[in-house]
Amino acid sequence: MPMKIGVPRETAPGEKRVATVPEVVEKLIKLGFTVAVESGAGDLANISDEAYRAAGAEIVADAASLWSSSDIVFKVRGPSIEEVGLLREGGTLVSFIWPAQNPELLQQLAARKATVLAMDSVPRISRAQKLDALSSMANIAGYRAVIEAAHHFGRFFTGQITAAGKVPPAKVFVIGAGVAGLAAIGAASGLGAIARANDTRPEVADQVKSMGGEFVAVDYQEEGSGVGGYAKVMSEGFQKAQRETFAKQAKDVDIIITTALIPGKPAPRLITAEMVQSMKPGSIIVDMAAEQGGNCELTEPGQVVVRHGVTIIGYADLPSRLSKQSSTLYATNLFRLSEELCKSKDGVIDVNMDDEVIRGTTVVKEGNITWPPPAPTLSMAPAAAPAAAAAVKPAAKSHGHGRGGSSASSTAVGLLFAAGALIFWGIGAGAPAAFLGHFTVFVLACFVGYMVVWNVTPALHTPLMSVTNAISSIIAIGALVQIAPPLADGGVARPEDWIRWLAVGAIVLATINMFGGFAVTQRMLAMFRK
Amino acid sequence: MSESLATVSYLGATILFILCLGGLSHPETSRRGNLYGVIGMTIAVLATVFGPRVGGAGYAWIIAAMVVGAGIGVYAARTVQMTQMPELVALMHSLVGLAAMLVGFANYIDPAASAQMVGAEKTIHEIEIYVGILIGAVTFSGSVIAFGKLSGKISGNPLLLPARHWINLVGLLVVIWFGREFINAHSVSDGMLPLVVMTVIALLFGIHMVMAIGGADMPVVVSMLNSYSGWAAAATGFMLSNDLLIVTGALVGSSGAILSYIMCAAMNRHFISVIAGGFGTTGGTPAAAGAQPAGEVVAITAPDTAELLREARNVIIVPGYGMAVAQAQHTVYEITRLLREKGVNVRFGIHPVAGRMPGHMNVLLAEAKVPYDIVQEMDELNDDFPQTDVAMIIGANDIVNPGAQDDPNSPIAGMPVLEVWKAKTSIVMKRSMASGYAGVDNPLFYKDNNRMLFGDAKKMLDEVLASLKS
Repeated sequence: MPMKIGVPRETAPGEKRVATVPEVVEKLIKLGFTVAVESGAGDLANISDEAYRAAGAEIVADAASLWSSSDIVFKVRGPSIEEVGLLREGGTLVSFIWPAQNPELLQQLAARKATVLAMDSVPRISRAQKLDALSSMANIAGYRAVIEAAHHFGRFFTGQITAAGKVPPAKVFVIGAGVAGLAAIGAASGLGAIARANDTRPEVADQVKSMGGEFVAVDYQEEGSGVGGYAKVMSEGFQKAQRETFAKQAKDVDIIITTALIPGKPAPRLITAEMVQSMKPGSIIVDMAAEQGGNCELTEPGQVVVRHGVTIIGYADLPSRLSKQSSTLYATNLFRLSEELCKSKDGVIDVNMDDEVIRGTTVVKEGNITWPPPAPTLSMAPAAAPAAAAAVKPAAKSHGHGRGGSSASSTAVGLLFAAGALIFWGIGAGAPAAFLGHFTVFVLACFVGYMVVWNVTPALHTPLMSVTNAISSIIAIGALVQIAPPLADGGVARPEDWIRWLAVGAIVLATINMFGGFAVTQRMLAMFRK
Repeated sequence: MSESLATVSYLGATILFILCLGGLSHPETSRRGNLYGVIGMTIAVLATVFGPRVGGAGYAWIIAAMVVGAGIGVYAARTVQMTQMPELVALMHSLVGLAAMLVGFANYIDPAASAQMVGAEKTIHEIEIYVGILIGAVTFSGSVIAFGKLSGKISGNPLLLPARHWINLVGLLVVIWFGREFINAHSVSDGMLPLVVMTVIALLFGIHMVMAIGGADMPVVVSMLNSYSGWAAAATGFMLSNDLLIVTGALVGSSGAILSYIMCAAMNRHFISVIAGGFGTTGGTPAAAGAQPAGEVVAITAPDTAELLREARNVIIVPGYGMAVAQAQHTVYEITRLLREKGVNVRFGIHPVAGRMPGHMNVLLAEAKVPYDIVQEMDELNDDFPQTDVAMIIGANDIVNPGAQDDPNSPIAGMPVLEVWKAKTSIVMKRSMASGYAGVDNPLFYKDNNRMLFGDAKKMLDEVLASLKS
């Protein structure tokens, strides 16, 4: 029995987005779901009921019947109290939840025995990028922030030299080079402005440059990367140095766009009233952190205010202002999530808590609060992810590709040692002393080889092969000692000719290898240059 | 030269060989490493020739043989094209295998070699001969086939005999049975029959083993044969009670084994399944029907490619075997140089199994004088694709297949791949829409941000270069 996905109209005031668009409806139907959309849900995003119907969705007249008939509800904003009441007992809800800020909402949803997936809690790992709705929304918000700034700004962004005089380019300073910050840098430099950016995480400097901005470093040494690629709270010394940097920038630039957020904490106060005062009249501040309290002291959430001649924009609904675009991207994120949930493509979801992505996203599972999830693994080290996943779910199938067997379980190691001991015992019991001496050398040499070769850089693997090949022509020695051994014992008839020709043949072959191998290695290595 | 002096010389040579391999950990120390290898080899050969075990009568033979061998070897090394490197290396492995066989036979028919041995010692000595020849023969025939496949003289498709695992198993049992016969034989002539039969079986086994392996798995095969040639030398060392041979053989053997392991890990496959063969079946049905990629393939022209490159800030070039075939590395370098002069950040992303042997692409790019610090491994730059404007894929296919990540039914599912589709635009240079060695269709070609530049890589890149210059 395929499940029904219901998409209600957003009820939050000013919210223009909708959780699905006709293109995505088609794809969801291909996954096996049936889709119902509340009449008028897409109106504010310029999507008519007709368009949804043409894509195969059923249009439901009122919210109450939509909620009650849907197995799964897709929403943008977290549900209001009334909406929680409408949610079917044991139903599934997918939307932004912000579990850290809304513990009561979580309780209420749990009381409905619901399963809730929070689009704001998608873990930040490579595999989950396609369903990272925060990034898609931040991207839109960053772009819109520049557009809002341009709208209120009394000048061009780009510098021009016209018959009527010279126009200097606008200077834009972006604080926080996350997805939103980078989008803002890209949009601002696209309009021709000089874009600068600062971030507590030094590794984003390259990303800033790649978007056409210049990176303004704070002259203070401290690592600012927290878990999962987000920023963390910085020390007092750093904050002081940072304030000085910002104060300097504030005097110079025309537009400041602040995007600084720390997960689960109020937004850091970065722009003080004095800094606002020091800015040129007509300057703009776009505070994208307004909803979390604002990065600027004078921000009024949701409002545009003018303070000391500076326009401070505190809109909290920037993505919603590009409703069609943000709806499309958000709907696609939801579709990607549906794909993860419904791998069998039969229209039935499976909230598989062994899957790292789904585990992180799920905040309530069948009435049990499962938030917060276990700490995410570091996004910068994909190699560590499978290992950590295996640790979370010991029953999971392990592929055992750890380097040098590092991921092998302790029982396997134990077995290996036992087998080794048995072999050694067998050899020790049966073999003569002379053989054992050679055997010792052999085993130790294997270990030396093992240790040495792991250090070889992958770029030199071909030279490694040709040099080991050259070295293996040491076998020539075997032929050399056979060609004409000084015969002390005599007596035994020795097929001299046969041996000699075999040995000569072996020497020729081994020498080809010896000279050829070293020469070709030399030739290759000579090419490697900086 | 006394026995002790010879032994000490061997010890010196051993240390030099270890330093030689150690030197390869970095390009800057690698040339010195090779020099250590040369010195070590020279010491080892001189110490043997002037040591107590070679009589004066042999010098003329030795010198003649070595001059011939050296001439051929140096000639081959000077004339070989860098693109033919995998073939050359495979051929050289076969020489070591053959030499090990010859030495083994010579040792067996030499009554002086085992004159004083009795009991367990004699048995062990005979096992050593038997095993030494066995490994040598497998290495020899396997490498010859690998050479044939790499040089295109034999089709790269796997040859799959029915019940091939049973054939191998029966061969193994026969070899063990004749091994028993061989050890129980009382005279050299009695033992010769089992030895020859075993050699023939080993040769056939070597042929069969490599024939069954597809072209995409060649890096594993080449490094595995590398390993075998080492074990062959080590077995010879046991036979002759020569520690230098044992140590060197073990070094080479473990080096090849590690390389095989690295290659297998890079393809997310088990060593056993590669050896069992049958992976690169061309014409194999592309997985499940549901996974059939759908969409439009968008072609692009060389001038448009040049335009894209010129406007880019970050470019990553992903070379594959197709670049080697087309000998396009020099043109690639010219393009790189031009772009870098314009301030474009150009880097190369190398997949561990790109090409036909480990490190193949690095050698080609080094030949074209691409600085090695912009040639990076997959893990180093895979996270940078989202910030990359253009990813240019030259003659590579399976290593950039998004199906390995998205499609659990894909034969290459789970294989680490370069995430080129995350770049703003990816350009695939290919002769046609044919699938790669793995026989898997590539959903990358159908992505919205992908463009196809059809044609011979060298010719197309020359056109791109011309447009860039104009």
